[in-house]
Amino acid sequence: MMKKIIAKREIDVNEEGYLIDFKQWDREVCECIADECDIVMTEKHWEVVEYLQDKHHKEEPLSIRGIKKSGVINIKEFYHLFPGGPLKKSTLIAGIPKPKSCI
Amino acid sequence: MKNLLILGAGTAGTMMANHLDNKLPKKDWQITIVDQYKTHYYQPGFLFLPFDTYTEDQVKKEGKKFIPNGVNYIQKKIDRIFPESNQVKLEDETLDYDILIVATGSKIAPDETDGLRGPLWRKDIFDFYTYEGALALRNKLRDWEGGKLVVHITEMPIKCPVAPLEFAFLADSYFKKKGMRDKVEITYVTPLDGAFTKPTCTKALNYLLEEKQIKIETDFAIMEVDNKKKAIVDYIDKEIPFDLLVTVPTNMGDEAIERSGLGDDLNFIPTHKHTLQCKAHDNIFVIGDATNVPASKAGSVAHFQAETLTDNIILYTKGFKLKQEFDGHANCFIETGENKALLIDFNYEQEPVHGTFPFAKIGPLKLLKESIFNHWGKLAFRWIYWNMLLRGISIPFVGRNMSFKGKIFDIKTDNK
Repeated sequence: MMKKIIAKREIDVNEEGYLIDFKQWDREVCECIADECDIVMTEKHWEVVEYLQDKHHKEEPLSIRGIKKSGVINIKEFYHLFPGGPLKKSTLIAGIPKPKSCI
Repeated sequence: MKNLLILGAGTAGTMMANHLDNKLPKKDWQITIVDQYKTHYYQPGFLFLPFDTYTEDQVKKEGKKFIPNGVNYIQKKIDRIFPESNQVKLEDETLDYDILIVATGSKIAPDETDGLRGPLWRKDIFDFYTYEGALALRNKLRDWEGGKLVVHITEMPIKCPVAPLEFAFLADSYFKKKGMRDKVEITYVTPLDGAFTKPTCTKALNYLLEEKQIKIETDFAIMEVDNKKKAIVDYIDKEIPFDLLVTVPTNMGDEAIERSGLGDDLNFIPTHKHTLQCKAHDNIFVIGDATNVPASKAGSVAHFQAETLTDNIILYTKGFKLKQEFDGHANCFIETGENKALLIDFNYEQEPVHGTFPFAKIGPLKLLKESIFNHWGKLAFRWIYWNMLLRGISIPFVGRNMSFKGKIFDIKTDNK
């Protein structure tokens, strides 16, 4: 575990920069992480982030397929909003763990 | 008399029938198992069929031979489960159950990807996750003259996550042996960010790809197969051309699970990962590929799960609390070609490590290192599968939970 200053606060993150404690996440933290990824949050970004957090809290695995069926966004848009590995980037920004790829 | 019903007589279902036939008191319990198919396939053998290493006969046997005599074996199609009334409707009858074990597995769903089952399917596009697919690919490879071979994974999770990579390694050996390796370009395309599904493996084993001159394309989420251009295309319009595409299509749980409303997006059943109890219904248990637990979909996982699940079924029948025991333990041989193999051992939490297996310091099998001995281990496993594993006989010295003895924790995952 490491500490990182995000939005002028000390936040616990793992080696890849993912938040360890979701309680430390808020919109300000979110915007700072997005900024580091060169992403400016729009309404659509927030909608996706909320969808991902909701899935995570229900312990439902996240996948590109899930995005397709989410009703929130289609996959092309998803790639457009979070360029370069959209699931990895969007979960980082949403303050939830990187989806496990090992299953 | 109470009824314990098992759906599916594949690896997991057959093992459960054998375990429970020994453990459940016969005067109180009737065990029934349902599967529509006559043939039991040794699925790990499908990897070797395309390369003419195994013959058809080595990978299939009559399923009935592995079901104990005391178990009622019904060969019918499963229509749906009615969990509220504890019933399962088959094609022409309805069965009542007190306890249900779902072991309906997973299978390929090529129709999930646009263009996959187009004009090139089984001409230039093949899977090797079905018996028919593996045989069709064998016939294709026998007189293929070379070109661009693309080995591809559509999306996770898939059965035996290392099999596609093994396929690429074995293809390298196969074409070398045929004296035509220079005519074949092998590209490995994965939706993951590395060749192996576990980061420590990617770090320890990436040299294999270089050594075998296998090109790798990562983070590729397929959108469609363009049959005209002979290319796979992803969501950012990247195209990878092929002359021969060997793909692992989307894997999904059985349609009966979907009809019963018990599954997730992929028809896998939400299951408690340490007890293997279905999350929605206490008297339903799920094992093997049919679950949604974050473990590998592999025979070794089903094997370790079967031991925990047997104990939990017995506890459940007596009204005791279930054991929170299953740890995601998987133990897999990875063929690397040229008669060598690797062995990996891991669980939900612990990534594969170096060391020896099953005995600390002695081995004889080495973890995460290529050896001929590991390759023999993989080949010997076919015998173990038919003669021990399916019959519910424990493999000596290999525990259901991952052991940390003889293991060296020396690989750190990359910082990204």
